[in-house]
Amino acid sequence: MTSDDGSGRSRADLMQRSGRSYDMTADIAITGLGLVTPAGIGVDASWQGVLSGRSAGATDPNLAGIPIDISCRIADFDGNALLGRKAARRLDRFVQLGLVAAREAIGDSGLDPETWDGARVGAVMGCGMGGAATWEAQHTVLMEKGPERVSPLLIPMLIPNMIAGHIAIEFNANGPNLVTATACTSGATALGVARDLLRSGACDVVIAGGTESALTPLSIAAFGQMHALSGRVDDPAAASRPFDADRDGFVAAEAAGVLILERAEHAAARGATVRARLLGYGASADAHHITAPDPDGVGVGLAITSALADADITPADVGHINAHGTSTPLNDAAESKVIRRVFGDDAPPVTSTKGVTGHSLGAAGAIEAAFGVLTLQHGRIPPTANLDKQDPEIDLDVVHGAPRDGDVDVVMSNSFGFGGQNGVVVLAGS
Amino acid sequence: MSSAVYDKVKELLVEKFGVSEEEVSREATFSDLDLDSLDLVEFALAAEEELGVRISDEEAEQLDTLDDTVKLLEEKGATVEGGA
Repeated sequence: MTSDDGSGRSRADLMQRSGRSYDMTADIAITGLGLVTPAGIGVDASWQGVLSGRSAGATDPNLAGIPIDISCRIADFDGNALLGRKAARRLDRFVQLGLVAAREAIGDSGLDPETWDGARVGAVMGCGMGGAATWEAQHTVLMEKGPERVSPLLIPMLIPNMIAGHIAIEFNANGPNLVTATACTSGATALGVARDLLRSGACDVVIAGGTESALTPLSIAAFGQMHALSGRVDDPAAASRPFDADRDGFVAAEAAGVLILERAEHAAARGATVRARLLGYGASADAHHITAPDPDGVGVGLAITSALADADITPADVGHINAHGTSTPLNDAAESKVIRRVFGDDAPPVTSTKGVTGHSLGAAGAIEAAFGVLTLQHGRIPPTANLDKQDPEIDLDVVHGAPRDGDVDVVMSNSFGFGGQNGVVVLAGS
Repeated sequence: MSSAVYDKVKELLVEKFGVSEEEVSREATFSDLDLDSLDLVEFALAAEEELGVRISDEEAEQLDTLDDTVKLLEEKGATVEGGA
């Protein structure tokens, strides 16, 4: 029987090619990475940046006039140079960052979009905010010049799902295509959804990750009004200080991270280099408050234990945790309590790379999973920047000062979002 | 044949739309320049702002070559400040 989708593929053809049936225990290989972060443009530069332990926090000229005018902006990212002016002018910066990261990740994987079976390639990207800069600029046009001057490109530039759409267009990826919006968990959620698309047999390859660029006057003013941001405007490089006794909020960042996930058998069949494996994923909701973490950490604990169960490992198997560690007083205290509760006295070394990168919201879960992959590959745990005096309430081995070297077999990466959405990713060496 | 309007159109396409200068000619169509219907609406908005004449959506849909576009703009009385 031929399907009537115009592709000429039969249903059997679509579902059963090379044994692509449901396999909820299928191994998932990570075969490509792409990073565009405040620590550096490209995987190598970003990795060296987080290993340096130097925070990217700086005064942000785009935020002049806003009380908290600091951020972790990728100052040397030039979308016109990297994507061409003609293309870049039609793309909000969150899409520009995501596309550049996707290009690097696909190149790294050795997959060839010219020849791959696009029907078997999906794209799942996390994004919390969408095209905030485009919204704000066009709102000004509306107010100052009237509705007839509003750009027809406004909607296609701002809708958050457009990053997945552009990845499909550029890379000939005709499979399932979507964006996850779970605030600061979005990038981790994308990896979980991508994993499920591979295990369900819907895809052989998923381009997965997260992107965010919302360092705009309106959104930063609003985060400031929530008292979520660090007010250390006179010393921006010291503002993001996860787990430090003097932390006072997060520093907003822009970033994109993309991981190429493949069924392990698919990766093996093409002789791909496997960087790491996605061993498990757990998700939960706090069901507690719109923005404050549950002080008892029930939801976070559920996400962590679900991820461990999904990975079929015990807490003792985890060699390192890349924490959510935003540098807000509430998050870091609540997260550390849950880690102690689940892992006990033998909790593994913890780091928060947000000390260096700031908090990139919907990209954070993806870039931190990528840092987890690099920790597994290189046997190096990056230090937590600005940890001068560890909060005595935080009874954890927080890596600081310099990278800690030594083999790590399993890394856990935590992400928690406004809305109470939690996502935990477990990664293992190849 | 005044070319002030053509020069302005060319400048707009290069500066605002990222079209490379070599691609622009009187015979070139918007499609030759990889500009789609959304770009055309943006072009009409920019022309209104820069040249002081309004191109309706119906007229924008009919635009083909840059030569046609320049002629339409000139018929509508487009003026370029400091131009010929």
